[in-house]
Amino acid sequence: MTALRVWLSDPNPASRRQARLGQAWLAWQRIRRNRLAMAGLVIVGVLFIVAAFAPWIAPHDPLVQDLSRRLLPPGTPGNLLGTDDFGRDILSRIIFGARITLYIIALVAVTAPALGLLIGTVAGYFGGWVDATLMRVTDIFLAFPRLILALALVAVLGPGIENAVLAIALTAWPPYARVARAETLTVRNSDYIAAIRLQGASSPRIIAGHVVPMCLPSVIIRVTLDMAGVILIAAGLGFLGLGVLPPTPEWGLMISSGRKFLFEQWWVATMPGLAIFIVSLGFNLLGDGLRDVLDPRSASR
Amino acid sequence: MSLIEIDNLTVTFRAQGREVRAVEGVSLSVDARESYGLVGESGSGKSTILRAICGMAPVTGGTIRIAGEVLAARRGRAFSTEVQMVFQDPYASLHPRHTIDRTLSEPLAIHGLPGRDTRVVAALTDVGLPPSFRFRYPHQLSGGQRQRVAIARALMLKPKILLLDEPTSALDASVQAEVLNLLSRLRDEQGLTFLMVSHDLAVIDHMCDRIMVLQHGRTVEEISRDDLAGANMKTPYARSLFEASADRMLSGTTEPT
Amino acid sequence: MSLLEVRNLAVTFDTETGPVQAVRGVSFSLGRERLGIVGESGSGKTMTGRAVLRLIRPPGRIEADAMTFDGQDILNASERDMRALRGKRIGMVMQDPKYSLNPVMTVGRQLTEGLRLRDKLGRADAVAKAVAALEAVQIRDPYRVMDAYPHELSGGMGQRVMIAMMLIPEPDLLIADEPTSALDVTVQAEVLSILDALVRDRGMGLIFISHDLRLVARFCDRVLVMHKGVVVEEIAAANLLAAKHPYTQGLLNCLPRIGGPRGPLPVLDRTGV
Repeated sequence: MTALRVWLSDPNPASRRQARLGQAWLAWQRIRRNRLAMAGLVIVGVLFIVAAFAPWIAPHDPLVQDLSRRLLPPGTPGNLLGTDDFGRDILSRIIFGARITLYIIALVAVTAPALGLLIGTVAGYFGGWVDATLMRVTDIFLAFPRLILALALVAVLGPGIENAVLAIALTAWPPYARVARAETLTVRNSDYIAAIRLQGASSPRIIAGHVVPMCLPSVIIRVTLDMAGVILIAAGLGFLGLGVLPPTPEWGLMISSGRKFLFEQWWVATMPGLAIFIVSLGFNLLGDGLRDVLDPRSASR
Repeated sequence: MSLIEIDNLTVTFRAQGREVRAVEGVSLSVDARESYGLVGESGSGKSTILRAICGMAPVTGGTIRIAGEVLAARRGRAFSTEVQMVFQDPYASLHPRHTIDRTLSEPLAIHGLPGRDTRVVAALTDVGLPPSFRFRYPHQLSGGQRQRVAIARALMLKPKILLLDEPTSALDASVQAEVLNLLSRLRDEQGLTFLMVSHDLAVIDHMCDRIMVLQHGRTVEEISRDDLAGANMKTPYARSLFEASADRMLSGTTEPT
Repeated sequence: MSLLEVRNLAVTFDTETGPVQAVRGVSFSLGRERLGIVGESGSGKTMTGRAVLRLIRPPGRIEADAMTFDGQDILNASERDMRALRGKRIGMVMQDPKYSLNPVMTVGRQLTEGLRLRDKLGRADAVAKAVAALEAVQIRDPYRVMDAYPHELSGGMGQRVMIAMMLIPEPDLLIADEPTSALDVTVQAEVLSILDALVRDRGMGLIFISHDLRLVARFCDRVLVMHKGVVVEEIAAANLLAAKHPYTQGLLNCLPRIGGPRGPLPVLDRTGV
C-alpha cells in the first residue's frame, strides 16, 4: 500500500500511465478531504451497487402482484416500505427502479455532453459565421422550456425508455455547448494554442487534443450537477405517462400511480420521491465537490 | 541574400469599427545566423511584428520573405519547420493538462516523424533538464524550467529561425542569465537565426548584433551593437531609452540619487 | 526613534505537507528613510511587506517577537485598529494598478470616496484635495483623469493614480511592492522620481520591494537582501557593489550589461546558497 502511494506520488513519473495515475491520485486526495463531496460519492456509489445487484438485494419480485396485500403501510413485516395498489413491494420496485434511473443517466451523460462539447468547441474555436450559426441553433433549443420540448419530442417519437433518453439528451446539450464555447473562447487565444498552431497542427487536432481537455472539467461538473435535473425530467415524463411504460418500476411512474392515494396511503408516492430526492442530492454534492477538484483555476493552486 | 526580409510591413487591427495601425511601414532584413533585436516600450508594435511573421496578426501591407520566398497567406507545415517561436510567459505557453512528454512529442506526431522517445529525451537534455522531468506536468516546474521546455518545444522540428518574444522578462534575474546562456549555446550549436523582442536594452545588447528601436509602430532607428555601447544614437527617443537603462551599463554606476 | 520596528518576524503557511515558512527571522527597523527589500520570486519579500500590514490570509499566520509602528504594537492590535492604520497611516502600492483600482468607478470617485467618508469633507473640498494629489504625482490634466475609468488610463498613469490615492491621507509609511515593474523604462524613471520627491518633501518612511537589485541600489538608502525567506544581507545602498554575501554578488553579476562581453553570463551557484 505504501509502495503504491510512493509510486503514485513520485514527482518524476517514469511513464505516461504513472503520470496520469499520479494526477488522478492527487485529485482523489483532494476530493477525499471534501466531506460533502464524499457523501455525494457514497450516495452515487450505493446507487450503482443497488442497481448492479438488484435481483439479489430486492426482497420481492417488483412485478408480481398480490391483491390481498395491497396498500400495506411501511414497517409491515416482509414489506419494509409498504406495498402499492397492486400489492407490489415498494422497496423492491425502488431497488429495480435504480437500474432504470442509472440507465437513463448513463445514456444522457454520454450523449448530451459529447454533442454539446463538439458544437461548443467548434463554434468557439472557429468563431465568425460558424459560431453565429451554431449558437443561434443552440439558442433556439435553449428558448424552449426543457420539459415541454422533451414532451413534444416524446409525443412525436412515442413513449418508451429509449425515446425518453433521446428526448432528454436532445434538450440537455445546449448548456454544455454554451459552457464549452465560453471555455474555448478563453483558451483559443492562449499562447499554448498559438504554439501548437505554429507547429503546423490541423484544426481538428487542436480542438480534440488541446481545446477539449481544457473544456472537459467544467462540462463534467455541469453534467454531474445536471444529473439531478435529468432524473427529475425522466421522472416527470414517467409521471405524465410519456416515458417508461408500466408496469416497469420507474420512480416517476411510481409517484404518478401513488397520486391517487396521496392522502390516505402517502407512502406509495413518497417513497420513490425520497429515492429521487436522495439520488439528486448525491449528484449535486458530488458535482460541487468535483468543481473544487477539477476546476483548472483551483487546481493550479 | 537575407534569411528574413521584411519590406514595408503594415499591420492593422480592426476593433469596434476603429482601425489601429500596430505596425506601420517597418522594413528589416536579417542574415542567416545573425541575431536581430527589436526594442521598444509597450505599444511599439515589436511583438506584433513577430506575430505577423507567424500569421497571427492581420498584415495589411508589405511583404515578408523567408529565405527569399514570399510567405503564403496561410502558413503551411513547411513554415513550421523553418520558423518557431518562444513566448514571453512560460506559465501561459505550455498546455496545463499535457505532460512535458506530450508537449514535446506533439510536433513530431503532427509531422509524422519517427523516434519520438529518443528525440524527446535528447531535447530535454539539450536544454539542460533531467530526463526524469519527462512525465511531469507544467505546474510541477518552476518558471525557468518551463521556459526551457518551451525552448525545447520550439527546437523539436529543427527550425532555422527562432522568434523570441521577451523570453526572459517573466523570469528572475538569475534565471534570466541561465536562459540567455542556454539560448546563446543553442544558437551556436544549431546555427540558429534569432529575431528577438525585448524591452530590456541590456538583454537585447547581450544577445543581438543589430537592433531596431521602435515607437508607436514605426521604426525610430537601427543601431549596431558597437554604436549602442558607444552611445552613438541619432534620435532623441533612442537616447532616452538608453539613458533610462543607464544602470545597466558595464561600468555599473550605482551612485544613489 | 524609529517609525517601524520588526523583530524576528516569521510568516508560516500551513499546507497539506506541513508548515512552510515563507519568511523567518526577519528583523529590521525603519526611520523616515527609504528601505529597499530585494529578492527573487519566492524570497519572501512580498510576504514581509504584507505582514507589516497584517494582510496575510489564512492558512498563513504571522509570528514575531515584536512589531511596532510609531510606538504602537501592531502585532497584537485588533483588526479594527489595523483597519484604522491601513491606508490612513500606512499606505501600500501594488505592482499592477489594473488589479488595485475598481474598474467600474471613475478615478475621481475612488479618490474622493475616502475623503468624504472618513474625513467628512464636502464634495468641493474632496475634489480639490484629489486634484492636488494628482498634481503632486505630475499628472498634467487632473480633471480629465478624475473623470476617466481605470481602463482608459495607461499603465504609468494608473500607477501614478494609485500612488496619489495612497498619498491623500498623508501616511507616515508607504509600502511599495514592485511599483514600477509593470511599467516601461522611461515611465519607470518618472514614477521613481515622484516617489523620491514625496519621501523627501513629506518625511515619509518608504519600504520599496523589488526584484531589481540595481534599481533598489540607485533609489534606496538601505537594502535588505532576502533569499528563501531569510535576510542574507543588510547593506547601505552606496556600498552595494562591495556586497560580501555570495548571493548578493551573484544577483549583481548575473545581469547582462550594455557593452558587456558576449560570453556566458555568470549564474548563481544554487548548491551553495
